[in-house]
Amino acid sequence: MTKINLLKPDNKNLPLFLTLGSLFFVFGIFDFYSNNFLNTNITSFLPRIINFFIPLIFAVIGLHFIRIEFSGLKILDNLNKNINTSNFNATLSVIIILLIIFALPPLLNWLIFDANIAGNTKEACTGGGACWVYIKVWFNRFMYGMYPNSEQWRINVTFVAVLIFIAAGFFVPARFKNYLSFYYTILLPIISFILIYYIISGGSFGLEWVETGAWGGLSLTFIVSFFSLIFCFPLGMMLALGRRSNLPIVKYSSLSFIEFWRGVPLITVLFMSAVMFPMFLPDGTYVDKLIRVVVAITLFEAAYTAEVIRGGLQALPRGQYDAAKSLGMGYWKMHIFVILPQALKLVIPGIANTFLALIKDTPLIFVVGLLEVVGMLNLAKTNPKWLGFSMEGYVFAGIIFWIICFSMSKYSQKLELKYKTDR
Amino acid sequence: MPDPIIQIQKVNKWFGDFQVLKEIDLVVKAKEKIVVCGPSGSGKSTLIRCINRLEEHQKGTIIVDGIEISEDTKNIEQVRAEVGMVFQQFNLFPHLSILDNCTLAPIWVKKMPKKQAEELALQHLEKVQILDQIQKFPGQLSGGQQQRAAIARALCMEPKIMLFDEPTSALDPEMIKEVLDVMVNLAKQGMTMIVVTHEMGFAKEVADQMIFMDEGMIVEKATTTDFFSNPKNDRTKLFLSQIL
Repeated sequence: MTKINLLKPDNKNLPLFLTLGSLFFVFGIFDFYSNNFLNTNITSFLPRIINFFIPLIFAVIGLHFIRIEFSGLKILDNLNKNINTSNFNATLSVIIILLIIFALPPLLNWLIFDANIAGNTKEACTGGGACWVYIKVWFNRFMYGMYPNSEQWRINVTFVAVLIFIAAGFFVPARFKNYLSFYYTILLPIISFILIYYIISGGSFGLEWVETGAWGGLSLTFIVSFFSLIFCFPLGMMLALGRRSNLPIVKYSSLSFIEFWRGVPLITVLFMSAVMFPMFLPDGTYVDKLIRVVVAITLFEAAYTAEVIRGGLQALPRGQYDAAKSLGMGYWKMHIFVILPQALKLVIPGIANTFLALIKDTPLIFVVGLLEVVGMLNLAKTNPKWLGFSMEGYVFAGIIFWIICFSMSKYSQKLELKYKTDR
Repeated sequence: MPDPIIQIQKVNKWFGDFQVLKEIDLVVKAKEKIVVCGPSGSGKSTLIRCINRLEEHQKGTIIVDGIEISEDTKNIEQVRAEVGMVFQQFNLFPHLSILDNCTLAPIWVKKMPKKQAEELALQHLEKVQILDQIQKFPGQLSGGQQQRAAIARALCMEPKIMLFDEPTSALDPEMIKEVLDVMVNLAKQGMTMIVVTHEMGFAKEVADQMIFMDEGMIVEKATTTDFFSNPKNDRTKLFLSQIL
C-alpha cells in the first residue's frame, strides 16, 4: 500500500482524487446555494468569518484535488487547462462561478419567471417580477412618441425606404464603387432628409402636418443619430486634416473649434442651441428645433471624431508621405489615395467608440423638449395610472440601446477584418 | 556632352542649429550615374532628398531640369513627377496591391487611362521580375520583392532622373543582389541615377562619378577609377580601407 499524498494529486490515484475533488467542489457550491436561497446554513456552528468563506474554501480544495496532469480524461484536461491552472486561478474561477450563482436566479426570476405580460392594465401585474404589461401598453409611445397613432405608418414607410437606400450601397456594381463615399456622405443624407421631410413631417401630398415636437421615441433616436453620424464623420475628417495643416488660419481655426466643442458639456450645447441660437438669427427666420439639435450634436461629436482620426494620421510612418510626394501627388491626392485610407483603417475601433457614445448621448435632447425613447420613458413613469414601473422602463431602454450598440460594435469588427491587408 | 540636368550650387541646410549640408556643389549631366557614399550622418540622404524637395534647403540653388527648386516653386509636384525615388524602407502603400501601387500615380497624377497605366505597370513589373506577384499586397512579399516593386512603381511615372536612398540597406544579404541587378539593368538603359549606397561592387560597375561625403561636405569627387585606385583625401582612404 503506497502512501497517498493529499497535497500532490497524481495520476496513480485518479479515481480517488476525482471523487474527493468532486465531492468537495459540489459541497462548496451546494453550501453557497443553501446559504443564499434555502435559508439553511449547515456550517453555522463555525465562527462567522470562516463560515462565510466555507463555500470558497471547499470548492478551491476540490479543484486542487482534480488538478491532475495527463489524467487521460479529455474533459478533465480541458477543465484544468482553462479554469484550473493554479490555486490562484482556481480561486478566481470559483469566485466568478459563485457570483453568477448569486446573481443569475434572482435576475431571471425578475425578468422572466415572476414577470407578467398578459393583460392590459396595471392590475394584471400580480407577480413579484417585472411588469412587462407596462412596456406592452406603452410600446407604441416608446417607438413613435406623440406621433398620431393613425399616421405612424408614415414613419415605418420612411424608415424602410431609408434602409433600402442604405442597403443599395452594398449591392452596386463594382464600377460604381468609387462613388460610394460621395453617395453615403452627400446623396444619402439629402435623400433621407427629403423623405423624412415629406413623409414624416408631411404637410403636402394630402399628408397631415406633424410638427417635430410630436416626434419621439425610438424613431427619433434613430433620426437624430443617423444624421449626426453621417455628418460628423466628414466634418471630423476635415477638422483632423485642418489641425495638421501648414496654413496658420486653417490650423488655428480647426484647433480652436475642436478645443471649444471638446471643452463644453453636450447638455450645455443642446441648451444653447435651443435658447441662445435663435437670438442670433434675424427676425422671422425660424430653424426647426430638431435641425438645431442635430447640428449641435454633429458639431460636438465631430470634434471628438477629429481627434480620433488625427491619432490615425499621426500613427502613419513618414515614409508613406515621402513616397506619395515623390510620385508627384499633391496634398489632396496624397491624402485621399494614400494617407486617409490607411489612417481611417487604423482608427475604426476609435470611431466606433465615438459613434456608440453619440448614440448613447441622444437621450440628452430632452433638455430642448424632444423626447426620444428614454425621454418617453421618463414621461410615462409619471403617468398617474402607471406609477412605480420605472425599473421596467429603464431595463427596456437599456436592452434597446445595448442591441443597437452591440450590433454596431460587431459591424465595426467586421470592417476591421475586411480592410486588414497587412500584419 | 549633354546639358546638366541637375545643378546644385552652394547649398546649405540646417536642422535647427545643426548644419547638415555645407556649401554643396554638384552638377549631374543627363544619363550620368553618380554614387554617393560616406559614413552615416554625413548628409547623403538629406542631399538627395533636397533634390525633390522632401527636405527644404535654406541657402543656395538647386535646379532640376531647368526648374529652380525653392519655396516659391509653384508646381513642385510636376518636378517630383519627373524625379523617381526609391527608399531604404521601400515605402510601398500597404493598403494597395502591387499593381495598384504602380498604377495609382500614373492614373491620378499623369491622368493616364486606367488600361494604359496597367499595361505600363505590367511592362515595368516584368522588368523587375515580379509579374507573378502583382495581385498580392506588399505585406505578403519579401524585402527584395518589395524593393523591386518600389523601383517599378517609381519607373511607372517614366521619370527622367532616379534617386536611390540606400535601397539595399534594409535587405537580407541574399536579396541585395536581386535588387542590384535591377538597378544595373536600369543604368545600362541610360537612366540618370543618383545612388546613395555602400555597395562598392555596384559603384565600380555602373558609376561615372563617385562622391564621398563627410560631415555635410563633399570631401572628394572623382571619376570611379580615380576614386578607387587613387583616392586623394585621407578621410576617403580611411573610409575605403574600412569598407572594402
